[in-house]
Amino acid sequence: MATVSIRNVWKEYGAQVVLENLRLEISEHEFVTIVGASGCGKTTFLKMLLGVEQPTRGQILIDGEPLRPEPGPDRGIVFQRYSLFPHLTALENLVLGLELQRSRWLGRLFGAPRRAALKRAGEVLESVGLGAARDRYPAQLSGGMQQRLSIAQSVICEPKILLLDEPFGALDPGLTADMHQLILSLWEANRMTIFMISHDIRESFELGTRLLTFDRLRHDPQSPEAFGASVTYDLPLQRRAARPGAPPAG
Amino acid sequence: MRRLINQRPGRGERLLLGALPFLVLAVLYVIASQLRLAANAGDKLLPPVSAFLDTLRSYAFEEDLRSGQYLFWSDTWASLRRLLSALLISAAIGLALALAIGVVPRIRALLSPLVNAVAMIPPLAVLPILFIIVGLEETAKITLIVIGIAPCITRDLALRAAELPTEQLIKVQTLGASTWQLLLRVVLPQMWPRLIDSLRLSLGSAWLFLIAAEAIASTEGLGYRIFLVRRYLAMDVILPYVAWITLLAVTMDWLLRQLRRRAFPWAEAGG
Repeated sequence: MATVSIRNVWKEYGAQVVLENLRLEISEHEFVTIVGASGCGKTTFLKMLLGVEQPTRGQILIDGEPLRPEPGPDRGIVFQRYSLFPHLTALENLVLGLELQRSRWLGRLFGAPRRAALKRAGEVLESVGLGAARDRYPAQLSGGMQQRLSIAQSVICEPKILLLDEPFGALDPGLTADMHQLILSLWEANRMTIFMISHDIRESFELGTRLLTFDRLRHDPQSPEAFGASVTYDLPLQRRAARPGAPPAG
Repeated sequence: MRRLINQRPGRGERLLLGALPFLVLAVLYVIASQLRLAANAGDKLLPPVSAFLDTLRSYAFEEDLRSGQYLFWSDTWASLRRLLSALLISAAIGLALALAIGVVPRIRALLSPLVNAVAMIPPLAVLPILFIIVGLEETAKITLIVIGIAPCITRDLALRAAELPTEQLIKVQTLGASTWQLLLRVVLPQMWPRLIDSLRLSLGSAWLFLIAAEAIASTEGLGYRIFLVRRYLAMDVILPYVAWITLLAVTMDWLLRQLRRRAFPWAEAGG
């Protein structure tokens, strides 16, 4: 659980302005959904939160502290794909995070600590509905199962902030309802602050507690790259009371 | 009638088709050999198959009068020892360098140009230097092979390491991995099957450099023997030796392929 302050953040690549003057205060346990046309800097914004890209100007603070300029265990990420480790089984993919944090040099646990980590990973695996797939490799899992695993992999490390980059974009529409339930229950249980990019407006309204739309405010037809995108709408959302289990309306 | 590209041979037919060119070559050899022998009974160029068997028997099962060794086996052992040591050393060097070059940008900037340059040196051109510096013994031969193949393995593996999806490397950092842990738990394990592929591709050049080194300075070894008996036009030794080298190389390639399949099932599943 963490607050995030985005203070006058600009991102430019040379003469091209991608994002201009972002100013946001995100409170604890917020579920921020982000929509916008492609090329509007949504992913750049997420990358800056992740620490892979740095703002050209301005500052990002997490709990009042400047963001470390590289990815770290306080910020989990789920990409659209490719974020699982193909050489590890589902269970090993989950245990990895625990092992990395507890065994500095070998990155592996042995004996009782290993059994404890395996037990914990097994529980998390069950909780995301992958108990039966524990010994399968990622390539043997369906797209939906891979995304569940990738989410679980981040959540097991208990990040304060979870970043989701179109996590359900590559999935069958039929699967997304399940995934929404899963992400909401994890969000409740772990009290994380979530940022999720989505291209699905309805999904963004259903999941989020706050919705941001990214777009260009100004446009110069002579030099389209002169102005960057910014937040055009910042909507607090009313969460429907009967949220979990409710069939999607319409 | 289906199109040719849609007609797939069954298992038996595949084996038969695969064996066919070998059979054809063998039959052609026998015919050619008999034609030449019929014209000149003392012909040395294409000796009859019986001559191969006689020579093999004496080389493999009779002690050499001068050295008291079974030449065929001592040659084989000498060559394999050199080849395997060189492969092992090259694999270790290649893997270590490639991990660092592929993942750590500073080390890539530092070492990548050097490795690329070294890979372009024709190894046989430095053979005299090796002989001068480390002498004519085993070290020189093994070093020649290592110089020949380690840079290629390094470059290949460094490319593979750099090809790992960025998503993976970012993800593992968000799980708290240090650079060292990332190398150890994410990059290295994924490099093993690629190392095997790389070794398989290097086998041909490794044999080339081995034979070259043995031909120039050696007292035993498969390459040494071939170049020794060349003076006597002893095709009855040369041809079986070449066939034996081929068989050894093919077997090593097959063993590596099996190892890859057994030890890294995930790499097969992922394609």
